[in-house]
Amino acid sequence: MATAFSATLPLHGSSSQENRLLLPSTRLPPPPPPSSFLGSTRSLPIRRLNHAHASRRSPVVAVQEIVKAKKPTNSLLITKEEGLVLYEDMILGRSFEDMCAQMYYRGKMFGFVHLYNGQEAVSTGFIKLLTQSDSVVSTYRDHVHALSKGVSARAVMSELFGKVTGCCRGQGGSMHMFSKEHNMLGGFAFIGEGIPVATGAAFTSKYKREVLKQDCDDVTVAFFGDGTCNNGQFYECLNMAALYKLPIIFVVENNLWAIGMSHLRSTSDPEIWKKGPAFGMPGVHVDGMDVLKVREVAKEAVARARRGEGPTLVECETYRFRGHSLADPDELRDAAEKAKYAARDPITALKKYLIENKLANEAELKSIEKKIDELVEEAVEFAEASPQPGRSQLLENVFADPKGFGIGPDGRYRCEDPKFTEGTAQV
Amino acid sequence: MSAIIHGAGAATALTTFNSKKLVAPCRTNLPARSKRCIVVAGSDDASKSFGSSSVLSVRRPQKLIANAVATKTDTSATTGHELLLFEALQEGLEEEMDRDPHVCVMGEDVGHYGGSYKVTKGLADKFGDLRVLDTPICENAFTGMGIGAAMTGLRPVIEGMNMGFLLLAFNQISNNCGMLHYTSGGQFTIPVVIRGPGGVGRQLGAEHSQRLESYFQSIPGIQMVACSTPYNAKGLMKAAIRSENPVILFEHVLLYNLKEKIPDDDYICNLEEAEMVRPGEHITILTYSRMRYHVMQAAKTLVNKGYDPEVIDIRSLKPFDLYTIGNSVKKTHRVLIVEECMRTGGIGASLTAAINENFHDYLDAPVMCLSSQDVPTPYAGTLEEWTVVQPAQIVTAVEQLCQ
Repeated sequence: MATAFSATLPLHGSSSQENRLLLPSTRLPPPPPPSSFLGSTRSLPIRRLNHAHASRRSPVVAVQEIVKAKKPTNSLLITKEEGLVLYEDMILGRSFEDMCAQMYYRGKMFGFVHLYNGQEAVSTGFIKLLTQSDSVVSTYRDHVHALSKGVSARAVMSELFGKVTGCCRGQGGSMHMFSKEHNMLGGFAFIGEGIPVATGAAFTSKYKREVLKQDCDDVTVAFFGDGTCNNGQFYECLNMAALYKLPIIFVVENNLWAIGMSHLRSTSDPEIWKKGPAFGMPGVHVDGMDVLKVREVAKEAVARARRGEGPTLVECETYRFRGHSLADPDELRDAAEKAKYAARDPITALKKYLIENKLANEAELKSIEKKIDELVEEAVEFAEASPQPGRSQLLENVFADPKGFGIGPDGRYRCEDPKFTEGTAQV
Repeated sequence: MSAIIHGAGAATALTTFNSKKLVAPCRTNLPARSKRCIVVAGSDDASKSFGSSSVLSVRRPQKLIANAVATKTDTSATTGHELLLFEALQEGLEEEMDRDPHVCVMGEDVGHYGGSYKVTKGLADKFGDLRVLDTPICENAFTGMGIGAAMTGLRPVIEGMNMGFLLLAFNQISNNCGMLHYTSGGQFTIPVVIRGPGGVGRQLGAEHSQRLESYFQSIPGIQMVACSTPYNAKGLMKAAIRSENPVILFEHVLLYNLKEKIPDDDYICNLEEAEMVRPGEHITILTYSRMRYHVMQAAKTLVNKGYDPEVIDIRSLKPFDLYTIGNSVKKTHRVLIVEECMRTGGIGASLTAAINENFHDYLDAPVMCLSSQDVPTPYAGTLEEWTVVQPAQIVTAVEQLCQ
């Protein structure tokens, strides 16, 4: 792995094992030796939480300081109702994804399935603050975003099974969860390609307000990962969102890995939140394993957007407990790293918070878990029982106006051919 | 309704064409596709009924179009106003923006600058900077932004300053524009219009002389049209904006200054139909965009030599109007395709395949396709001329096919 960059420096070891940077635990590690590997020579520093300098214009600062080590009596962050909503949503996300894994290995769903286990705090923390008319844009790791936004578990499971009752009639699949009713704008397979779509949804919100003179303060939340933050579309959209002051929140779910590519090996400056101020918007880093911290940051970012003050970049440090997808053997990640984040499981943390602060008791939480288990089981049954798409569906929905298939040799529009609705027409 | 372009010395031989042959009996279920000229009144009712059968096209016999690029004005039409092609596009765009406040424009230099070819001139002053949005130079992102805006209720017209720049937006055009209606199970529509100038200009160099229609044609879920006259430019622009499908409208850099008299009233051109430019008997020449004028110039020579070519401007690059094309093939039995696209994988290649597949029995000779050379367009004028099909080559090809 020798490169010209490190030609003159002694290598501390030639095996990849020794050149791999260990992630920091609870204190700042010493700067690693100049190594022969390409990538950042910095590790991700522990959040010492003075980010006032990061936000040039907004008062969004290190909210996680406020949240740390609170006394329960007079400064609770959530009410009981809110706490139970958050808990239920995270349990739904976790159970659903676990069920997906089961179903996949039983041959009920196919292709690329990317599970969200471990990252629930980010989805719940943001999306539970949104209204139905706010929009969410995600990536291929979108099941839980859809669920948090309100798409029913049945619809998502059926979609994964490829059935007509799926939210996209079985035509999208795992990576394309859409719902017009709940303003879930997808579900995109290529990383980065959803961010401009989110920017467009935010643009519509601004347009409605300023051109159409409607009362519209809808915001858009775009979720994407650390790998996406090296992609051009990300930067292009940060620029436009800040330029036009669009009501959008860019949420980076930094789980440190893009399939097998460590964030540190692919990014010159791994602190993604810093890229916000470079474009003129606040950049905030938050502990993405703590739903309450995420929620506090999200509240401020959403309020900012609703007030018309523009976008925010929020980097959530989080972790996926499973591999990139169900096809990923997940051999590159360190067992120690996994254990470290497993200990910070967001669901366990919230449960502990609720119980310690006497917002809920074990029995209530158990009943929520049971309810969700039943819901997910029922979703599977529903999906199993649903029919597969028929041949007639093949040519539908390619065009909103099927005249787009053109005029056939007989002079009729091809969509008027009776075989069109059977799915066997020549188009 | 004015005839399109009249050249000096228009031949009179063409008036013997038999119009009955053009109208087939089985088109009774498409009431709007009649020979009469139907004007769409500029009322709300008309706009609501669009999409079913209120579109129209002119199917009157045309006189010989003798000139290549420059046009003479038509003084025989009764009503109408004369303008240049870019003004026709602007008029169409402005009328649609007046009609529907959700129509907006985004692109580089479309606002204050008025568009690099002046298609959006004056619109930013009239409609404001948000409705006519000057974007930064980020084709992929602003095309995606237009798509996201379309999904959430707006009707953006996205301009590529040069069509070649849309190569940078290929991710968005292919994956999102073309596919999202399908992958969302029909929940979201993407009523965008992506437009811009393309084609080989005057020594603009290889990268500014690209023909992207060949690259986009395989993308499922989009429609592609190419305008060639002020009349069809305005009509196609309006139809594309009103369409619920994503439409890519190809304009040509050299055609923006064509002058023609167009109707005063509201009209649109059907996105899926081809245009009969010159009816004939001996051979069908299929073309689009700028090559239409090379073909018509060649047609002048051919008529003088005693040939009677039928010239069809296919206009709809995807999907092909196989009805108009098929009727023509059935009549003449010989086909020549003249296009500016590259030889390999171009529109002509697809059209050749479609004709062979559907009308093989009617052909007396193999389909011949004249395309540009598979060469990056050279800068030098002489070389550039040789990459593109010239009228002399068209004449030779017709003579060869008609032996």
